[in-house]
Amino acid sequence: MALLFLPGLARVAVCGGTHGNELSGVYVVQEMERQRKEKGECAWPIPVKTVLANPRAVKECRRYIDQDMNRCFNIATLSSPITDSSPYEVRRAQELNKLLGPKGSTDAIDLICDLHNTTANMGLTLIHYTTSDWVTLHICKYLQTKITKVPVRVLVLDIPISDAYSLESVSKHGFSIEVGPQPHGVVRADIYSIMKEAVDLTIDWIHKFNSGMVFEGGDVEAFEFIKSVDYPRDPETRSLTAAIHPQLQDRDFCLLKRGDPLFLSFSGETVKYEEEEPLHPYFINESAYYEKEIAFHLGKKMTLTIPSVQVQKD
Amino acid sequence: MSSRTNISCLQEAARVAIFGGTHGNEMSGITLVNMWIQNSAEIERNRLVVKPFISNPRAVEKCSRYIDTDLNRAFTPETLSAPDVEGLPYEVQRAKEINQMFGPKGSSDAYDVIFDLHNTTSNMGSTLILESSTDLFNLQMVHYIKKALAPHTCSVLLNEHPQLKYSTTRSVAKHPIGLEVGPQPQGVLRSNVFESMRTILKHALDFIQLFNSGVEFPPCTVDVFRVQERMDYPRDTNGNITAMVHPHLQDCDWEPLNHGDPMFLTFDGRTVLYEGANTVYPTFINEAAYYEKQQAFMTTCREILAANAIRKACK
Repeated sequence: MALLFLPGLARVAVCGGTHGNELSGVYVVQEMERQRKEKGECAWPIPVKTVLANPRAVKECRRYIDQDMNRCFNIATLSSPITDSSPYEVRRAQELNKLLGPKGSTDAIDLICDLHNTTANMGLTLIHYTTSDWVTLHICKYLQTKITKVPVRVLVLDIPISDAYSLESVSKHGFSIEVGPQPHGVVRADIYSIMKEAVDLTIDWIHKFNSGMVFEGGDVEAFEFIKSVDYPRDPETRSLTAAIHPQLQDRDFCLLKRGDPLFLSFSGETVKYEEEEPLHPYFINESAYYEKEIAFHLGKKMTLTIPSVQVQKD
Repeated sequence: MSSRTNISCLQEAARVAIFGGTHGNEMSGITLVNMWIQNSAEIERNRLVVKPFISNPRAVEKCSRYIDTDLNRAFTPETLSAPDVEGLPYEVQRAKEINQMFGPKGSSDAYDVIFDLHNTTSNMGSTLILESSTDLFNLQMVHYIKKALAPHTCSVLLNEHPQLKYSTTRSVAKHPIGLEVGPQPQGVLRSNVFESMRTILKHALDFIQLFNSGVEFPPCTVDVFRVQERMDYPRDTNGNITAMVHPHLQDCDWEPLNHGDPMFLTFDGRTVLYEGANTVYPTFINEAAYYEKQQAFMTTCREILAANAIRKACK
């Protein structure tokens, strides 16, 4: 198999608290900062910047203060003029873009690992906005082989970088680590430990890559976002008339086929999946998505073939 | 002494309320109450009036636990008698309104029964919460509900602790009952949790209808968990938590916790053990809303409460 030479990753950041009530990342970042105080920069084999992305939301243990910060990193928002009435998260996104970017430039940090939790039963899910970043996909492949406690899945969105709106799109090779299920505002030891392991292995891969190790290519199974589905709602009041069906609840990434139950209405009727094409639901019953009118996303399984890679020598 | 002299004759429970949204992000109760406000057929019973009510509408609108202060701690004598001035916290104003509509607390005009619907992120299953070990009506109702739900289980938590007992929204009524069903994240509606709460209320209303129609309920006993102590997380000097509930304790609500059992796990991997001398039964383990109240879990001890036979008092 052909070997691709890619630049090393000199500058790496781990970000927690992009949503202030997603606590695993907040405490992973806090623990890393404590380790840095104790051991200095040799806490990790490579230098790592740790960032608490939305400190005001973390302090109040809320997802956001004015608006969802993880939708503020598209180029339009990053370059909008700041006024007195600008939402807190827009200002903060622009600060983070200065600190870790600027997005799209050669000065941008090499990798951002952004830490999130979900109330959905998604195990460990790695989210990236493109299908052709070999560095990020190799990290995903590495985590898939090394982590066995929970299923490790890869989600890709495939949108142009200028439209990508999440924090990790600021760096050259960014991805989000999403671990669930965990209620917002709660830190579970089992979920924390999965996230910590994922971060440690990411740092481990980067160190090995930078040191010259060859990473064999191959196939990576991933899910590509197709569309989202809202709850059944009352046409006038817009309030929910059904909940996720008990046979779908907690079954993220299963295969939904025509006729499978989706929702159970409060009056006892089952709403079924009517599409011809079988797809995979995920983010099933995520608390923060009720206001975004999303009950779950639907994705298509795909296989990405990635080349073998090695760091290019200067 | 004949057994007939041990029957307690109690007043008919004619006025019943069901409160949802005391905490604006606990979705089962909010959804049930809104549904019943639109169509009350399911909760109608002969011989009683049942009022579904959203207790904290502003918090429900915002999908947050509260606006200014926790409504479910706001029914103290001081709060209820606070003068009407500008700048009163929203929940204090609301508590006074609720006390006027469904109370006054402690008076003979108060509603007979209030069911207050809650969810928890803790793995407590279905739980009924009592505030008194001597409220015969409530004990008999709880006994009836548990029997009706079997083989599904329903735990009973008794909070009669002089310091840890708090002034709940439902305490306005003569017979307050808390319904707590979990685990469910805040802001999430899980179908199974919703249906469990709905079924508990169905049995509760059936009981009240039977009682009001003159049925006599024989003496019974109720297994309860009595609140003992609040256990906080280990914290640093800034008040930040330094450990999480240990994986061996997480989700083990109502299971025995013995001396030497793991209790917390620090972020850098050390285990903190439970040092109490006696076996306790923890509950409310890792409830999201209690981090700010300095509570990782509550300890309880098991007790069996006895209740006399009851019957509606003849006029």
